Amino acid sequence: MASGIKDKVVILGMGCSKFGERWDSSPSDLMVEAFEECLADAGVERNQIEAAWFGAGIDAFNVGSSAMPLSIALRLNYIPVTKVENMCATGTEAFRGAVYAVASGACDIALALGVEKLKDTGYGGLPQRSRGVENDMYWPNLSAPGAFAQLASGYRAKHKVNKDDLKRAMAHVSVKSHANGAKNPKAHLQREITAEQAINAPFIAEPIGLFDCCGVSDGSACAIVTTPEIARSLGKENLVAVKALQLAVSNGTESSHASWDGSFLKTTRIASQRAYDEAGIRKPKEEITMTEVHDCFSITELVTMEDLQLADEGAGVKDVLDGTFDADGSNPCQIDGGLKCFGHPIGASGLRMLYENYLQLQGRAGARQLSDPKMGLNHNLGGFPHQNICSISIVGPYG
Amino acid sequence: MKGITSYGVYLPRLRLKKQAMAEANAWFDASLKGLAKGERSICNWDEDTITMAVEAATDCLSALSEANVSGLKLASTTLPFLDRQNSVVIAEALSLDRSASTMDVSASQRAATSALINSLESNRNGNQLLVASEHRRSKAGSRAEMLWGDAAAAVTVGDDGIIAECLGVATHAVDFIDHYRGDGADFDYDWEERWIRDEGFMKIVPVVVESVLNDAGVAAADINHFILPTDQARTPAALAKRLGINAEAIVDNQIATVGVAGAAQPLLLLAKALESATNGETILILGFGQGCDAILLRATDKLAQCKPGLGLSGALKRRREETNYNKFLSFNNLVERDVGKRGEADKQTYLSGYNRRKDLLTGFLGGKCRDCGTVQIPREKYCVNPECNALDSQDVYSFASQDGTVLTWTADRLTFDWSPPAYFGMVEFDGGGKLMMDFTEVEEGSIDSGSRVSVHFRIRQFDPQRGFRKYFWKAIVED
Repeated sequence: MASGIKDKVVILGMGCSKFGERWDSSPSDLMVEAFEECLADAGVERNQIEAAWFGAGIDAFNVGSSAMPLSIALRLNYIPVTKVENMCATGTEAFRGAVYAVASGACDIALALGVEKLKDTGYGGLPQRSRGVENDMYWPNLSAPGAFAQLASGYRAKHKVNKDDLKRAMAHVSVKSHANGAKNPKAHLQREITAEQAINAPFIAEPIGLFDCCGVSDGSACAIVTTPEIARSLGKENLVAVKALQLAVSNGTESSHASWDGSFLKTTRIASQRAYDEAGIRKPKEEITMTEVHDCFSITELVTMEDLQLADEGAGVKDVLDGTFDADGSNPCQIDGGLKCFGHPIGASGLRMLYENYLQLQGRAGARQLSDPKMGLNHNLGGFPHQNICSISIVGPYG
Repeated sequence: MKGITSYGVYLPRLRLKKQAMAEANAWFDASLKGLAKGERSICNWDEDTITMAVEAATDCLSALSEANVSGLKLASTTLPFLDRQNSVVIAEALSLDRSASTMDVSASQRAATSALINSLESNRNGNQLLVASEHRRSKAGSRAEMLWGDAAAAVTVGDDGIIAECLGVATHAVDFIDHYRGDGADFDYDWEERWIRDEGFMKIVPVVVESVLNDAGVAAADINHFILPTDQARTPAALAKRLGINAEAIVDNQIATVGVAGAAQPLLLLAKALESATNGETILILGFGQGCDAILLRATDKLAQCKPGLGLSGALKRRREETNYNKFLSFNNLVERDVGKRGEADKQTYLSGYNRRKDLLTGFLGGKCRDCGTVQIPREKYCVNPECNALDSQDVYSFASQDGTVLTWTADRLTFDWSPPAYFGMVEFDGGGKLMMDFTEVEEGSIDSGSRVSVHFRIRQFDPQRGFRKYFWKAIVED
């Protein structure tokens, strides 16, 4: 029987570019920015990297297809490079590839890098793009906020939440992330907002308003991973190890079968339970001490807290308003600003979350450093509430 | 001879106030103020001749206990496709048997009456469905714009369950050019109204009316319902007087409520006459255009039992007032509106892929699993029930007449839509199955989880680059 990934692979180094509207930076510039930081942090040379996984989300507006853009940008030494794409879970997918390669013994040192260049479209929001020949014929022409607004209506109907109460809780999610992002020099949005601003902002897709939406950003993040033994041999201490890596992909049940009521994220429930099992976590509320979740929209974060078992089902609104997930709460969420304020370059986001966990666990998070982080959970959600991909990674001190 | 066995009507819900139209254009044509009475029907951006025809046909078939449709004719001068039979699209949306004959009849304001005569004289068994539908474009600020409306009406013609028997038909074909629309022209070009009245209506119509009445042995004074489709307000009365038909028999052209619906007008007024006619009453329908058709009908005792879901009276009640003339211009492509960069996306339809999905796209057909009974849409290879997942186990199951309930929804202001915000969401159907789909005709504040919806065949997207348009089904929140 498979023994899982726990403690088989550690992070040797990480890097992350400044996120934001990087008008002057090409995807290559962003990749190199993240990679240079990562190499210096890992203390290895480029030619020690034996294999790489490259995550990029939207081909049409980014680097184009294949793994070549990474190999060319970083001048990698003709090593195997694999391009991965799994919507907003892409960055974590690149990490999973590199971690599994090391765990399998196929290579000692592997690279995972994600990049996204979203600000070359000429308009706000994510790029308008095809969903595939057949889907384009009958899917609503849904935007990302339009898709996730569905979750708000489903959640509200299921738990009989008052519209205003839900909107207040959604606003609190964003106010908290803006407060966190204001302390992060690499974040796209570094200013605080008020609940009134969030509540009164114009609707993008009812009930999602402007401040319920995450930043659409350019950026890149990367990780170099290896075995604990090699990391130690390189003189590394305070090793951050992978405790769990899980992925759940919708099979059409949510979108076509009556068993899903639109009020929760089925994949998140499945992937997180598998991850807890893999990491040996029995009491998530107590054992997970920090989370970076896929707050593409404030409602997603609120519902995700329940799906990760960090809030009881139906208690999300109360827990959010009580400050449970604030920087000084019992389970801080998006301490780096999250997708909301750090920004959301799709292919990089999963690795950006890991970057924050990694810094926090090593006590290197500067002004936003948490007092005693022990176990960090990262959550990505690609697609739409009714049809999506959920990735969960859990990292913590080795051993 | 055969007779009429059922009828149905569809009017777009939107009714544009003529006052708003006149106010926008009276600066250059003050005479428009004289036409500014009441309202006219206007297609929503996602409605056209085909979608209205599907609605009217559905209304017509709703009044038949057994449809048994053996043929479908579509009469219109505003067919969306010049070469792709439009009536077949309607037949597939109605899931008619593929052995049913189909035909488009066009190029004249009497297209519907000529098609009706053809159906009445045909020896084909079963019910022959005739739908007349018209979505006419007219120049901004024109009198036509003030006088016309968008509408569709349908009848079935058959041998069993006749609600109006045919007493006779007549045609007088003459190339009298009161107006024309040549190849490549966007709009009609017409001649002076008084000349059309004097040399057209007053000279041509009496020829066919006298012919059909003489043949049937019916006196003009015994006509109970006189249908003369025209946007000339006073001509029906002038003709009735000339012909000896009682003024009370004139069926009003409804210029102040719907507008004159081109080739659909004869059937629309026939529906109106059938709603009020009683057993034994006579109905004379004319179709004027390059001559004139006349059809003489007599209501039977079965008429009283024929109750289409909407009919004209129901369609008139199903209305929403619109006062924004600019919206009308935009919907009819009479102004070049800024659609934003999201609206620039290529709308190519990949025909081979379209063909594979045609059951879903046009017929709104899903599947029902033979093994577990799960109803689902779209119909895929494996059953969606996680407890089943059987392969190739689904029989075709129609969602086209299924009502449902809104599970989730939003009003999306980011995505491109011809009439933002774009409403869409998850619909759970009463008979099982669910689908993330577009909503149309949503009134702000009228939708929430739990709202009841029905489904309707609508335009999904235009591809102006290639002259194509895609259709699919959308949900409408029930009043």
